[in-house]
Amino acid sequence: MSDPVSALNRAAFTGIAQIAETGLQGMITLRGDLASAVVIKAATAAAGTDMPARGEAKIKGEHGLCWMSPDEVLVLCPHAEVAMTIAAMEQVLAGEHALVVNVSDARAVFRVSGPLAREVLSKLAPVDLAPQAFRPGMMRRTKLAQVPAAFWMEDDRTFRIVCFRSVAQYVFDLLKVSAQEGSEVGVF
Amino acid sequence: MLILQCPCCGVMADETELAAGGEAHLKRFGPGSSDDDFESYLFNRVNPKGVHFERWRHAYGCGKWFHAARCTATLEVFGTYSAQVTEPPQEIRDKISARRPGWRWREFG
Ligand SMILES: [Zn+2]
Repeated sequence: MSDPVSALNRAAFTGIAQIAETGLQGMITLRGDLASAVVIKAATAAAGTDMPARGEAKIKGEHGLCWMSPDEVLVLCPHAEVAMTIAAMEQVLAGEHALVVNVSDARAVFRVSGPLAREVLSKLAPVDLAPQAFRPGMMRRTKLAQVPAAFWMEDDRTFRIVCFRSVAQYVFDLLKVSAQEGSEVGVF
Repeated sequence: MLILQCPCCGVMADETELAAGGEAHLKRFGPGSSDDDFESYLFNRVNPKGVHFERWRHAYGCGKWFHAARCTATLEVFGTYSAQVTEPPQEIRDKISARRPGWRWREFG
């Protein structure tokens, strides 16, 4: 069997913030009635975290649950555990109107870190990223320049970004330009 | 720049995150309807200067459709509300009446 490879094979860049493609991350889309006890059980058992409320991301290391829409959560788990996790979720969801799909290899994941991480992302997304407006624990689906993306904060100076794999190079290039030396704005 | 709060995910979304869906609360005329009704359903749209009701989709966010009531002349937003209704809710009509007394839009007002 061939080895799975992430979109940019852990490409990295350092400017006014550190940019890195994080490598393989297991990602499972779960759609269904998020108020259903069965759906909640499938999600929380898979991720080992609480169910996120609207607009929240519950992250614990490589595991987590991100609220994507009123009927969708993104389940994070180690890449090697995806098949096993999906099997367990499908068992819990038997008979329930729900959808579980492995989207790990359709996506790319980046980390932007450093004291100016908020500035780097603010230049690309139409989102208020002031420290009082966007905090760790929150989840935001939006766009980075021309492409859809989603992000949450691991801590107050670290963002994790998910985008489609087909635009991974574009997003990496965007982040590099946004983080180039001398481009500090000093707005936050 | 138009900023609408998506009622599905709560996000204050600016126009670039949204896809416009045209006039709201159209009554559908399908097979069996008269030619006039069908033509009107397909092509006749109001183009008001002032209060207007529209459909929008939070395309780059949660992906859901919703309704918005706004003023086309000033870009003032009166409110956003669920896509799953056939007419503007009373709460939205009251907000518009407070700002634009005597407003009318199609059969509503
Ligand atoms: Zn939304």
